[in-house]
Amino acid sequence: MSDAAINELLVIIPAYNEEAAIAGVIQAIREAVPGATILVLDDCSKDGTVSVVRAVGAEIVTLPHHLGLGGLVQTGYKLAFSLGYQYVIRVDGDGQHDPADIPRIYERLRTSGAEMVIGSRMSNVDGWKTGFVRRMGIQFFRAVLRPILGRPVHDPTSGFVGVNRAALQVFAGSFPLEYPEIEALVVLQRRKFRFEEVPVKMHPRRTGRSSITAFKSLYYIVHVLLGVFVNILKYERRAAGRKPQ
Amino acid sequence: MERLLWWTSVLSVVVILMVLTALRRAHIRVEYSVTWLIACGVLFALSRSQTVMSWIASTLGLTYAPSVLALVAGFIFVVMFFWTCVVISRLRDDNIALAQRVAILEFHLNRLKTSSESTPGAAQ
Repeated sequence: MSDAAINELLVIIPAYNEEAAIAGVIQAIREAVPGATILVLDDCSKDGTVSVVRAVGAEIVTLPHHLGLGGLVQTGYKLAFSLGYQYVIRVDGDGQHDPADIPRIYERLRTSGAEMVIGSRMSNVDGWKTGFVRRMGIQFFRAVLRPILGRPVHDPTSGFVGVNRAALQVFAGSFPLEYPEIEALVVLQRRKFRFEEVPVKMHPRRTGRSSITAFKSLYYIVHVLLGVFVNILKYERRAAGRKPQ
Repeated sequence: MERLLWWTSVLSVVVILMVLTALRRAHIRVEYSVTWLIACGVLFALSRSQTVMSWIASTLGLTYAPSVLALVAGFIFVVMFFWTCVVISRLRDDNIALAQRVAILEFHLNRLKTSSESTPGAAQ
């Protein structure tokens, strides 16, 4: 990958209490895309995440208080857009995403013309497993999104995504604040943007435990479903109210 | 029934006094206190005017006139709770935008500091 190409790519890592995993994630990204700018987004962690990131010399944005995933990721998108980056790839800070997949996502972003590239967990590689309720949730949303997006999407809940500058501009202005992945797809589809999927590996968490419980999965389904339909209605209303140029 | 009406009147006056005290101490903003004052005023007026209450009850087909009070109080509560949710949602959006802006400005500030520290004489 050339230096010119690397200068247009920003890798963002949303993190909350990831002091045990974050240094390893940064190191793995440096090995996968040497020279690419890495920006950690800290959601007001209570542990030593910030000091670990500073110690390894990565750039960091620290929120003044906890916003949740959507608000955190949008901060990265806003900053990336204002700094002029052409592509942004999001890698989670818990070590589940394999940074070795970044070059393929980046390549697909650059060559396909799609506004978003999703790193899709299509098979259980390296021991990645998900719970029954969550698996059902993913299946459910695949079925819901199929007619909305007009094409199948294998892994709509994946957080391993890359976006180009056009999508960055949209997300910098408006981004779902809770559970953003699925709603973000709908937001892009309503603007006739395209997405592609690239198969990626998924590792078990390096440290800590997932906060996703059966009850939270159920809440997630209801919340996201509502968000999807609100996004559709909002866009239709805006489109109907728009005056012809 | 007479006792229920008196208690409604007393409670309405108590809430009005609470709101006025909160206003005086700047614990509530004027725009949010107005609805409380109007709601309590309506409940007080209804509890003191059995003619109006009976008329509303017969119009709504209610056999027990004081149930109008419960209906009005319940309606006011639901509307105000909904309005509170709207206000909170707006404040949360504003709050998120502000937090993001602070974080981004702090990031730029840190970058400036770092670059001025690494360039001797730049800050002079």
